[in-house]
Amino acid sequence: MQTDNLELKKLVYLYLMNYAKSQPDMAIMAVNTFVKDCEDPNPLIRALAVRTMGCIRVDKITEYLCEPLRKCLKDEDPYVRKTAAVCVAKLHDINAQLVEDQGFLDTLKDLISDSNPMVVANAVAALSEIAESHPSSNLLDLNPQSINKLLTALNECTEWGQIFILDCLANYTPKDDREAQSICERVTPRLSHANSAVVLSAVKVLMKFMEMLSKDLDYYGTLLKKLAPPLVTLLSAEPELQYVALRNINLIVQKRPEILKHEMKVFFVKYNDPIYVKLEKLDIMIRLASQANIAQVLAELKEYATEVDVDFVRKAVRAIGRCAIKVEQSAERCVSTLLDLIQTKVNYVVQEAIVVIKDIFRKYPNKYESVIATLCENLDSLDEPEARAAMIWIVGEYAERIDNADELLESFLEGFHDESTQVQLQLLTAIVKLFLKKPTETQELVQQVLSLATQDSDNPDLRDRGYIYWRLLSTDPVAAKEVVLAEKPLISEETDLIEPTLLDELICYIGTLASVYHKPPSAFVEGGRGVVHKSLPPRTASNESTESPETAPAGAPTAEQPDVIPTQGDLLGDLLNLDLGPPVSGPPLTTSSVQMGAVDLLGGGLDSLMGDEPEGIGDTNFGAPPPAAPARLGAPIGSGLSDLFDLTSGVGTLSGSYVPPKAVWLPAMKAKGLEISGTFMRQVGSISMDLQLTNKALQVMTDFAIQFNRNSFGLAPAAPLQVHAPLSPNQTVEISLPLNTVGSVMKMDPLNNLQVAVKNNIDIFYFSTLYPLHILFVEDGKMDRQMFLATWKDIPNENEAQFQIRDCSLNAEAVSTKLQNSNIFTIAKRNVEGQDMLYQSLKLTNGIWVLAELRIQPGSPSFTLSLKCRAPEVSQHVYQAYETILKN
Amino acid sequence: MIHSLFLINCSGDIFLEKHWKSVVSQSVCDYFFEAQEKAADVENVPPVISTPHHYLISIYRDKLFFVSVIQTEVPPLFVIEFLHRVADTFQDYFGECSEAAIKDNVVIVYELLEEMLDNGFPLATESNILKELIKPPTILRSVVNSITGSSNVGDTLPTGQLSNIPWRRAGVKYTNNEAYFDVVEEIDAIIDKSGSTVFAEIQGVIDACIKLSGMPDLSLSFMNPRLLDDVSFHPCIRFKRWESERVLSFIPPDGNFRLISYRVSSQNLVAIPVYVKHSISFKENSSCGRFDITIGPKQNMGKTIEGITVTVHMPKVVLNMNLTPTQGSYTFDPVTKILTWDVGKITPQKLPSLKGLVNLQSGAPKPEENPSLNIQFKIQQLAISGLKVNRLDMYGEKYKPFKGVKYVTKAGKFQVRT
Repeated sequence: MQTDNLELKKLVYLYLMNYAKSQPDMAIMAVNTFVKDCEDPNPLIRALAVRTMGCIRVDKITEYLCEPLRKCLKDEDPYVRKTAAVCVAKLHDINAQLVEDQGFLDTLKDLISDSNPMVVANAVAALSEIAESHPSSNLLDLNPQSINKLLTALNECTEWGQIFILDCLANYTPKDDREAQSICERVTPRLSHANSAVVLSAVKVLMKFMEMLSKDLDYYGTLLKKLAPPLVTLLSAEPELQYVALRNINLIVQKRPEILKHEMKVFFVKYNDPIYVKLEKLDIMIRLASQANIAQVLAELKEYATEVDVDFVRKAVRAIGRCAIKVEQSAERCVSTLLDLIQTKVNYVVQEAIVVIKDIFRKYPNKYESVIATLCENLDSLDEPEARAAMIWIVGEYAERIDNADELLESFLEGFHDESTQVQLQLLTAIVKLFLKKPTETQELVQQVLSLATQDSDNPDLRDRGYIYWRLLSTDPVAAKEVVLAEKPLISEETDLIEPTLLDELICYIGTLASVYHKPPSAFVEGGRGVVHKSLPPRTASNESTESPETAPAGAPTAEQPDVIPTQGDLLGDLLNLDLGPPVSGPPLTTSSVQMGAVDLLGGGLDSLMGDEPEGIGDTNFGAPPPAAPARLGAPIGSGLSDLFDLTSGVGTLSGSYVPPKAVWLPAMKAKGLEISGTFMRQVGSISMDLQLTNKALQVMTDFAIQFNRNSFGLAPAAPLQVHAPLSPNQTVEISLPLNTVGSVMKMDPLNNLQVAVKNNIDIFYFSTLYPLHILFVEDGKMDRQMFLATWKDIPNENEAQFQIRDCSLNAEAVSTKLQNSNIFTIAKRNVEGQDMLYQSLKLTNGIWVLAELRIQPGSPSFTLSLKCRAPEVSQHVYQAYETILKN
Repeated sequence: MIHSLFLINCSGDIFLEKHWKSVVSQSVCDYFFEAQEKAADVENVPPVISTPHHYLISIYRDKLFFVSVIQTEVPPLFVIEFLHRVADTFQDYFGECSEAAIKDNVVIVYELLEEMLDNGFPLATESNILKELIKPPTILRSVVNSITGSSNVGDTLPTGQLSNIPWRRAGVKYTNNEAYFDVVEEIDAIIDKSGSTVFAEIQGVIDACIKLSGMPDLSLSFMNPRLLDDVSFHPCIRFKRWESERVLSFIPPDGNFRLISYRVSSQNLVAIPVYVKHSISFKENSSCGRFDITIGPKQNMGKTIEGITVTVHMPKVVLNMNLTPTQGSYTFDPVTKILTWDVGKITPQKLPSLKGLVNLQSGAPKPEENPSLNIQFKIQQLAISGLKVNRLDMYGEKYKPFKGVKYVTKAGKFQVRT
């Protein structure tokens, strides 16, 4: 080994790499030579040594190699440094702990700012590979300076290095649109690279950062134009490259159809394309189909429908149907094309055509029924269940227009038991429809099918549907008609679009396996390692505050202190009685009032709380759930928007009821690693508890359930706690749990105390929290003026409570709006001796009215609040609610 | 990164495997064979296959499958590009990328694979550098090697890898300094039944053969650079110069390489140099059909169209064909049902045609689909897009090189539907 003959040395090294594993003891003897070669004056020999070293996958050797590697990482020659960078990744693969202990990761990070572009590229590649096995380690900490380095290196390194750098850039989130634009400008030249992987990685970076650019910008338009040609060019490459490119284009056209809208023709199928390319092209053609190009597309599809490959032909026929549904103007032409295809009598073409015509009928009812006759001619040739079912559906749906509908259906009925379930179910429904339309002639038929379905079939679905129809028909034929022949909702335009949030995530994964499978990596990456979810950056303007809106409120002090129940003993009895399975969504109304009545008997201080005086205010329908509150005007339903751009600063709740920030209710250390924080909110008449569950344990958590103890206002979960996927370590889920107020009632101290039990696969945990009372203020809490006066007088003076609200600088107007958003309604306003007097009312979910007089002295920051209520216990909490609302 | 590579021939034998990290068992290829079985035709095997623990990314080249095994999230295009690069390198070294050639040169193959990828990261993929590291086999060298027992491993290390222009080695010397450029354009088109163009575009490339001493700095300019709006460049081209002046400025690699590839899209009018008159019909309920095609020149810019070949994939029910060509010769393979007509040159005075009878399987229904015609042709001394090289200048060296530009237009995927 210690030869000076370079040729020999290389061969020996090659031998070592391949055979070291089988003879580890022999390999150890080579260590000295490696160490020596790492100090050779010739940089190429140093590099060769460090490269070979890393490939010897023998544990015993690795530790001897750390010193030479450390030297090589700081070598003066870039070629050695670049080889050493990869060697760190190799070593990490063999012994990750060693690499971390030796501080190689930090050295590697320093190499990102190396002066040589090849070194930078290799360092990025090595770090990305290491980062993949440590998703949370934040190895590639990117800042504007390092981004600048990467962009400079991008121009000068090899094509493979460019791929690594571009993929790394894509993980960066620029701080504003200006930075995004400047990165885009520097990445754009990569679109002209001969290597398609470079092109696609560049497309990924551009697609992601484009999200931040304002659409009015000239540059935005330019960028859109620049993206089209390289994508099209990818399609002239080898079929394997085309396939990957097409899968990605499929995502891109869903996200930004404008990029390729003029390039329809490049997706036309050549007859000798491999089938996997053909099917993808077809899919994209439909996505790009619009009124402008539909004629061309249809002509092509018709051509494809006569090809040899059965799968492709079927998909082409389906595509015609999808065009009809997507582009309304083309529907007529599509239908006639389909009819032409049916005339060919090619068995599978006819069947597919019938299946899609059924969908067209659903989309455009009462428009194309004239073709039914043609369809019926082909009845005998249908042998696939889906086509048969579609045809039967058509016959049943339009039974009144088909003269011999009964004969047709009867013919199907003969072989009822040999049909597949799909066909049997459809046949049953169709005959019932026929009966309802033409009862006189078809009585026998319907009886026959019902008995076939209920008596002779052992398929439970079929039997149940049969019984349901039977009951319906025998008890109330009119109702049956209303149910069975009810108007159907129109089918939606495109059923196979990728859901928008998934699409956004996939856009961040352009060019990767995820984009080929159209699934997020978490769905298929080996081992379920917590994969970092990527999301598109929010659109921000450069002059806006760069502070993340999310972090701001989280740090604010909270009114409710976490109150973990220290001793579980006394509560256990209560809570264990409750079934910890997912609760049913609210017990029926009748039982709820009975329950409350029962509580009533227990008497005690609750009586007054529940306001049961007979002369009470007329409309306190105590016991029944709060009347469905009308959707409050101005309550935005715009939270959908915030999904996409992650504007968590509360756009969605701005004018809704005040929502306190989330507080930690159950610290992880008290609950075996489960941390729960949450808040309550009321929006458009419904109360919900927004929970954030964090798994700080090392094991996966599953089987979550939640239960409340009885409480003063009967708060109870309206739905089971739904945590869809197992919660893996370090993962957090946000859940909004809807609540109702029909649960059992028990007076708590303090009144707004809520005791909660949460169960998971590990244990049951208990905690209690205080909810702000204003979540119970109902939307119809505005009292009539007269009534207000009468009630005010009626309530005895000893029930009146007075409070001071200090340090509040709002004027009467603002106070009134603010309170109104939280369902405290101002009934009247008076000005007495320079003071503003607001008379307000509110109603709690259990029907208790609270009347208030708020005195505001202009110029003085403190208000006086007088509350009158038949249940004086609530006053204190109403005051607290006032204070939280006004001060936030 | 790329874990392992398996080379598989059409009959499903794994005849070469290479592992860059730990060894992955051959049994992983069973998933590939399963997919291959499902896909009926070899060309239809999906390029990305997932297995419980690995992903298989494959390409099909020259009747061989290159199947790579990866374990982590790696851009598939990166892998596919790399595999094609491996195949290109074999082609370059051995003259063909076939099972026989790879088996004959198995040592060189392993050496190459070792140099091309390090721990799954591409190391040296430029043919220039590789050839410096590992000398391509020649008859003379293999004779000498077998006598002296030496190998093909070069005794130099790649100097180019250290420089900022990794694609060119230092110290190149030629006695004749030459620079040749081939402008090759391929027309991809779909022509419909009635002869109108459904889709047409030109895929062009400029291939260069540069044998210049030292470090020449070349710039190539065009008469009509505006034609090139969708271009992919060799890394040697300075993008900024192209953006600002529309001049290709570069220090070339040594030897043969692809300088640029470009696409002239269907928005511009693409001239279609030939037309085909065809009538193919099958009679209902009889076992024969008629076949008649004629080819003529259309927009050929006054040049001769030569090397015409027509390939037709006839429907399955066709048993045989009895045809008479007025020119050239035809063959029909009754097994694959492929009709090939070697036409040759078109003389406008007498247009070549091929007509006759088609024998069908008796009793079978008449074929639904009409076959598409695939046409190959070649036009010398013409770039159909009209692209013309203006001049080539050389800086940085003192000698005067020989320069030459050749144009040729070919049919790419040129299909006529009938």
